[in-house]
Amino acid sequence: MEPFRQTAHALIKLLEEKKTSTKEIHDALRERVAKVDPSIHAFISLDGDSETPSSISEGLLHGIPIAVKDNICVKGRLTTCCSKILAGFRPPYHATVIERLIGAGSFPLGRTNMDEFAFGSSTETSCYGITRNPWDKERIPGGSSGGSAAAVAADLAIWALGSDTGGSIRQPASLCGVVGLKPTYGRVSRYGLIAFASSLDQIGPVTKDVEDCALLLNVIAGHDERDSTSAERPLPDFRLSLKNDIRGLRIGVPKEYFAEGLDGEVETSVRQAIDTLKRLGGEIKEISLPHSRHVVAVYYLVATAEASSNLARFDGVQYGFRDEAGDLLSTYAQTRAKGFGTEAKRRIMLGTYALSSGYYDAYYLKAQKVRTLIKKDFDEAFTHCDCLIGPVSPTAAFRIGEKINDPLAMYLSDIYTIPVNLAGIPAMSIPCGFTKDALPIGLHLLARPFAEETLFRVAYTFEQNTEFHERKPDVK
Amino acid sequence: MNPYEAVVGIEMHLELSTQTKIFCGCSTRFGAEPNSQTCPVCLGLPGTLPVLNRKALEYGIKVALALHGSITPRIKFDRKNYFYPDLPKNYQISQYDLPLCTGGFVTIETEEGKRKINIRRVHLEEDTGKLVHLEEEAASLLDFNRSGIPLLEIVSEPDLRSPEEAHAYVTALKAILEYLEVSNCNMEEGSLRCDTNVSVRQSGSQELGVKVEIKNLNSFRAVKLSLQYEITRQIDALEKGEKVFQETRLWDAAKNVTLPMRSKEYAHDYRYFPEPDLVPFILSEKEIQEVRKSLPELPEERIERFKRDYSLSSYDAGVLTSEKALSAYYEASVRLLNKPKLIANWIMGPVLEQVKDPRDIDRFSVSPERLVELLEALERGEITQLAAKKVLDVMVKTRESPQVIIQREHLAQIQDVGALDRLIREAIEENPKTVSDYHRGKESAMMYLIGQVMKKTKGSANPEKVNQRLKEKLEETKK
Repeated sequence: MEPFRQTAHALIKLLEEKKTSTKEIHDALRERVAKVDPSIHAFISLDGDSETPSSISEGLLHGIPIAVKDNICVKGRLTTCCSKILAGFRPPYHATVIERLIGAGSFPLGRTNMDEFAFGSSTETSCYGITRNPWDKERIPGGSSGGSAAAVAADLAIWALGSDTGGSIRQPASLCGVVGLKPTYGRVSRYGLIAFASSLDQIGPVTKDVEDCALLLNVIAGHDERDSTSAERPLPDFRLSLKNDIRGLRIGVPKEYFAEGLDGEVETSVRQAIDTLKRLGGEIKEISLPHSRHVVAVYYLVATAEASSNLARFDGVQYGFRDEAGDLLSTYAQTRAKGFGTEAKRRIMLGTYALSSGYYDAYYLKAQKVRTLIKKDFDEAFTHCDCLIGPVSPTAAFRIGEKINDPLAMYLSDIYTIPVNLAGIPAMSIPCGFTKDALPIGLHLLARPFAEETLFRVAYTFEQNTEFHERKPDVK
Repeated sequence: MNPYEAVVGIEMHLELSTQTKIFCGCSTRFGAEPNSQTCPVCLGLPGTLPVLNRKALEYGIKVALALHGSITPRIKFDRKNYFYPDLPKNYQISQYDLPLCTGGFVTIETEEGKRKINIRRVHLEEDTGKLVHLEEEAASLLDFNRSGIPLLEIVSEPDLRSPEEAHAYVTALKAILEYLEVSNCNMEEGSLRCDTNVSVRQSGSQELGVKVEIKNLNSFRAVKLSLQYEITRQIDALEKGEKVFQETRLWDAAKNVTLPMRSKEYAHDYRYFPEPDLVPFILSEKEIQEVRKSLPELPEERIERFKRDYSLSSYDAGVLTSEKALSAYYEASVRLLNKPKLIANWIMGPVLEQVKDPRDIDRFSVSPERLVELLEALERGEITQLAAKKVLDVMVKTRESPQVIIQREHLAQIQDVGALDRLIREAIEENPKTVSDYHRGKESAMMYLIGQVMKKTKGSANPEKVNQRLKEKLEETKK
């Protein structure tokens, strides 16, 4: 038995039966990372052995560690959003999700690589260098949670936390052949998540199967009084939704998600998955989300506007990187010029522009109005569908460097995931096929707000009746 | 008629005296060790989120209701974006297009009677930290204890027409705020800050002139003096055919002048947008009504009550209610001795002469009980008005009871007619010239002689009685 190949729920069983130990799991993982990660670079740092207190193995999760995206604060540990501007920043507090994980008997294994401040879909904008896709090392793992998805796919971690602002969990999960969930906005506390776009960000699980995803959501979800946007709603036991039965469930297929730009192989796999769900008793119906064509434009106004303000605090005054110049203004300018990467600067500029006086109404305000229309499209769809289904990404993993100099092409790779964040609904990516080059393809499941249980039910049923999740990349 | 008219508006920033800050649990206590009252939230560390302190909102609603404003039922915050080291997030959480309150007014007394000064808006925001510039080296220190203290901004309409009206407005507004007990209203500690906007125009014109903002006003006196200076400066400029420039000027309290602020001109674009970290929430009519029920009696109501219940003049009622503590002192005294006018005169006269700043009445060494003991002695005729003032002087210093002082200092009124007559005789004998002046009909001679007798009695004689006996004795000398 190689512990690193296991899921968390399988390990819990083995631990309870005393067939393995927390130490054995931890050692196996560290050894695996040392051996394999140099060719993947999913991690930017590992937390030391001292982080494995024996008391922690008492909880529900028995000391099974978790990989953590570099934008989630871990007390006393470098947390940098893979940006030079946060060089040396060690938060004096844990994010709420980290507190909850520690409370449940887990602990952070290490920080995973990401696009700088989660600005990207390929993990190529990290100041620590790129992460490679375990299925093809010449390809990107997706992003921005590329490190988390690659770590889980390559068995470098049992599971991981990512964050999703426009697809940053689901797209890399899709491209790496793992399970990724963006919970409903407000389901998981954002306290301690270094903000990209406050009205869109959510932390979520990246796991090897659907059961682990439910298990992890059970631990991290729930109201947090430190986050005013976290919902005060009853929290179900998500594992109870893991039922191999979708008979009578109404599944909508938005026709706009199968239009121009969708790769043929991806479309074929997704259509086959739809057939599978139909065979399993789902009621498939074609639907329309008429405002879909505006999502990228709306997203890049709203998200960058918020980002331009959220990132204003990185000025070299209190913490992080500072390039001291003659006066205050030059210090600000030089610190930010040298501390931020190209994509971060591009988004700060875009957002600043969208909020500027004279442009606010035409850009930010109009984008918010269209955002409401996009949300209404979903409200309407969910009056007669329980779940929507489609591709996660228009293509399988693309080549390293292929889109990095073409921001628009990069932005379009999130076209199916972005509307979910704009509408605040939950959505999930699960493996549903492979290209002829053996690259994973993901299936996108969307549900109404706070209906993660529906996602788990559909995903679990699909997983139980297919074998895509069992195929592993050949990483040495 | 003055050919020019001033147009003045005032922005007041008020630190609310909640126990904790507006978006975190840190203490708001003034004067603590720098940065000792901070946490990741008010330091603006990455990943932290604001959570609204409902008490701050309640205080804001109190002020809005006391100013007769209309409350916006949907409370929403916005980000005001600008870079400055005392602003740790480089944006301030404030309110932009939907302030907590719009409209409302403050009533002031002017020479022409009462006038309503309209309020434009009242909104909640967070205070910034403090930047301390070192003199000995080219460096600045940051203290974030103030960062996140709830701040209420109260903006008037440009309804004020003179420095005196501006002074009356800030005084009346401050009295309301003190009555509400929502702030320490202490300008020295910075819990109350004012900026003014002033322009001048031809009297009768409806158009507004070019406005100048005045900052660095550390007292209400400075509000008045700076406006006097600035209005004159602007009128002089217009008279000379010069232009008034739109600018920010700082009040120099040492030189009594306003000076242009020496800073580069930035066209500020605050890029306001709704704060996504705070969800808008709806205030129910019930919640507003509950705050309304908790409102204390406000200065205007108290003035009316004082006029009605104690038969005081508008002026007296105004002075006695100008500070909440002063009105409490007055009422405590009246409860002990039902002589409202006498007590009003004594508090507004001798007591305030001793206290100087009416705000300090709480720390005054003479309690209402002691003051009333003294006034009772006066009322009984035991001491004269003059002696009573002397006794009060001693009471302030020694904190003794009036009876102890009256006895020790022999200030009891001379009751013995024989003794008084003897002193009167002495005075007549010592001042033959004045006496003959009196007989020639010179009225002031009488006053002088009364003064001489009073001096001999050390003020312990009843001046009425002295007057009467002296007249009789002088008539005798005539014969």
